[in-house]
Amino acid sequence: MSESYEPIIVGFLCNWCSYRAADLAGTARLRYAPNMRPIRVMCSGRVEPEMVLKALADGADGVLIAGCHPGECHYIEGNLKALRRHALLQRLLMQFGIEPERVQILWASASEGPKLAEAVDQMTAKLKELGPLQWPKSVLDGSNHREAQTAGVSESVSSIQEVR
Amino acid sequence: MSEKVGVYICHCGTNISGVVDVNEVTRWASLQPNVAIAREYKFMCSSLGQELIIADIKEQGLTRVVVSACSPHLHEKTFRSACSRAGLNPYLFEMANIRELDSWATEDHDAATHKAKSMTRGAIDRVVQQFPLEPIPVDIKPDTLVLGGGITGITAALELANAGCKVYLVEREPSIGGHMAQWDKTFPTLDCAACILTPRMVEAGQHPNITLLTYSEVEAVEGYLGNFTITARKKARYVNEELCTGCAICEEKCPKKVTDEVFNAGLGTRKAIYRPFPQAVPKYPVIDTTSCTYFVKGKCKACEIFCPPGAIDFNQKDEILTMEVGNIILATGYDPFDARKISQYGYGRLANVFTSVEFERMVNAAGPTAGKIVLRDGQTEPKSIAIIHCVGSRDENNNEYCSRVCCMYSLKFAHLIKERLPHAEVTNFYIDIRAAGKRYEEFYHRVMKEGVHFIRGRVAEVTDAARTVEEEGKLIVQAFDTLYGSQRRIPADMVVLSVGVEASRDSRQVANMFGLGCDFNGFFIERHPKLDPVMTMVEGIYIAGACQSPMAIPESVAQASAAAARVMGVITQKTVMMEPVKASIDAERCSGCRICNNLCPYSAIIFHDDQKKSEVLTALCQGCGTCVAACPSAAISGAHFTHDQIMSQIAGILWDVREASPELV
Repeated sequence: MSESYEPIIVGFLCNWCSYRAADLAGTARLRYAPNMRPIRVMCSGRVEPEMVLKALADGADGVLIAGCHPGECHYIEGNLKALRRHALLQRLLMQFGIEPERVQILWASASEGPKLAEAVDQMTAKLKELGPLQWPKSVLDGSNHREAQTAGVSESVSSIQEVR
Repeated sequence: MSEKVGVYICHCGTNISGVVDVNEVTRWASLQPNVAIAREYKFMCSSLGQELIIADIKEQGLTRVVVSACSPHLHEKTFRSACSRAGLNPYLFEMANIRELDSWATEDHDAATHKAKSMTRGAIDRVVQQFPLEPIPVDIKPDTLVLGGGITGITAALELANAGCKVYLVEREPSIGGHMAQWDKTFPTLDCAACILTPRMVEAGQHPNITLLTYSEVEAVEGYLGNFTITARKKARYVNEELCTGCAICEEKCPKKVTDEVFNAGLGTRKAIYRPFPQAVPKYPVIDTTSCTYFVKGKCKACEIFCPPGAIDFNQKDEILTMEVGNIILATGYDPFDARKISQYGYGRLANVFTSVEFERMVNAAGPTAGKIVLRDGQTEPKSIAIIHCVGSRDENNNEYCSRVCCMYSLKFAHLIKERLPHAEVTNFYIDIRAAGKRYEEFYHRVMKEGVHFIRGRVAEVTDAARTVEEEGKLIVQAFDTLYGSQRRIPADMVVLSVGVEASRDSRQVANMFGLGCDFNGFFIERHPKLDPVMTMVEGIYIAGACQSPMAIPESVAQASAAAARVMGVITQKTVMMEPVKASIDAERCSGCRICNNLCPYSAIIFHDDQKKSEVLTALCQGCGTCVAACPSAAISGAHFTHDQIMSQIAGILWDVREASPELV
């Protein structure tokens, strides 16, 4: 693995749209980067911010959260909850000194296999550009205790430390 | 904790093993924590494959099972039931999808093998955290919604109604009958379409078990298998159905004529108050408010004045109806390809280029020309007719698939032309003749013997620019004849474009409303393309006919009956078992913050004011897990997708990084 860097993406795919999009991409034999390792969840709204941080902490270089299009969620609006959490997460990542592009959110309906495949390809390319995830030293030894800006953020800070 | 996990890696013939080194994954899997046994097998889903699992559970005392094979949407049930049969709770099983998400998505053998290991390890680490669950019994409401009143929907509704089940048959147009009612003859038997269809329409219209809702559209769907609530809009007809006798005097007296774009494909006219065709079921007309003089200018009311029973009601309003049904059959059909998209064929620009839909109406004895084949001027009989196959089908620029019906209806056209205009020259331009069906090939031979010409080649252009005297005043069809090996220019008086079958234009909206998937072309996705073509991924929702894929009448009818049989199977069970994937709240940990209350899209979480605790109503919970992710006290757990299960899976799929840099953990 050393001579050419292959990033690892953990993909949270919702059971109804994105997982089926991935199934369809496979059935249609679309070839895309094998770098995404899928985890099936019932809804993108099930993805806890802690899970994303856990994946990054455990060695993933990026996390893809994929759900149904807004307005098409199997559970009406779980994807919108995911979208809100994603926005917060990105702020948190920036505070950690981690590139926000490492956590992406994608809408792919069950018929959008090509869209999902393309997104994985693009994200893989982006992560190759960014290189392996290096947690900033300050985060690793817990010395980055500046005042957190919101309650949500400070909670997640403590949870990332639990994870580590 | 020590569990005995059995891991089974499937070759799937060569579908997986062609890319993934299955033997290596198996060897590696046997060394993973908690794994008691790891095996590979050619086809895990076969009965022999399942027997392997059953035998190991019984003999080796496995407590957990992982199968790395295809998508869980395909075979999760299969393996869960195998576990059940061996006495293991089916929720102690986990599947890793190393086919669709791995071997079919890459050609890189090493990367695919590595990914398969990661996914398998994720499943192993997850399954250890899983615990036994019991399915939840659900009562099935006995009524069924059939959406779409074409031959497919009619057949499905009749099958169910005849078996004693109540059916709501909902159709958007003013009459049931669908596309089949437009056609003249049906191939290859040359039965008159109306003669075989209208008795069924009448039967459906009169059946005591069928509630017919025409000129109606479903607006919302809620609920789940056994308990759907459907909201439909019954559009105002401006005709009181209680009073109307269907005498059609209003149609006769209405002074406003408009082009009939729907039923007659623009070839004929209808009145502003109309029934699509005389045998319409139900017999009540509707007023088209966009063209009715009264609605446009505020005066006229000729229909009201002449209506003998006084059934016209200009103040009628749309009605919103709700229905409680247990199952749903979608039979929403298709739309013909829009021939204008292929501009070089000249449809809409060259007068005597017709679509097959127009031609069907023209040859129909009840159609606008009373069955006479004439040019656009309405009187001249053509002496030569060219029929162009595969318009919009088998074409990379439009639809790649074969529409399956065009060859046969083109042959039928050729036959009908020869029958009515024996001296006309008929030339078919085809790519391949696809006559695969009972008595189809024989029909093809019959048409050939009738003196119809066949030119094998895709038509490049239809033009009126003559190069020779013979071409003067005619349409010229230019094609490369692949059997003859040269360009051909065939002059013709009339050109018929055999347009293909496309998914209906709003199929994606319908799919979204019902929570289904559509393929690239907009056709609904079936649960299994070979073995379960009428079931969808959503429990309780079935599909039949051309909304699934292009198909002719016999296949549509067969699917309709199949879907009806499936629904009856569910209804007769009265209760079915539902997935126990539900959220629950640990009252001890609940702080009563009520964050989850407003998050739940189904209002399934109630708050007990006295105890200051929230509670999930299991019957309403759909198991999305949004509340689980949001609970700040981690008091909510989502069965089968618990925090620990997902966290373990994350750790599992990243096994390699952890092994490479242990300091991370």
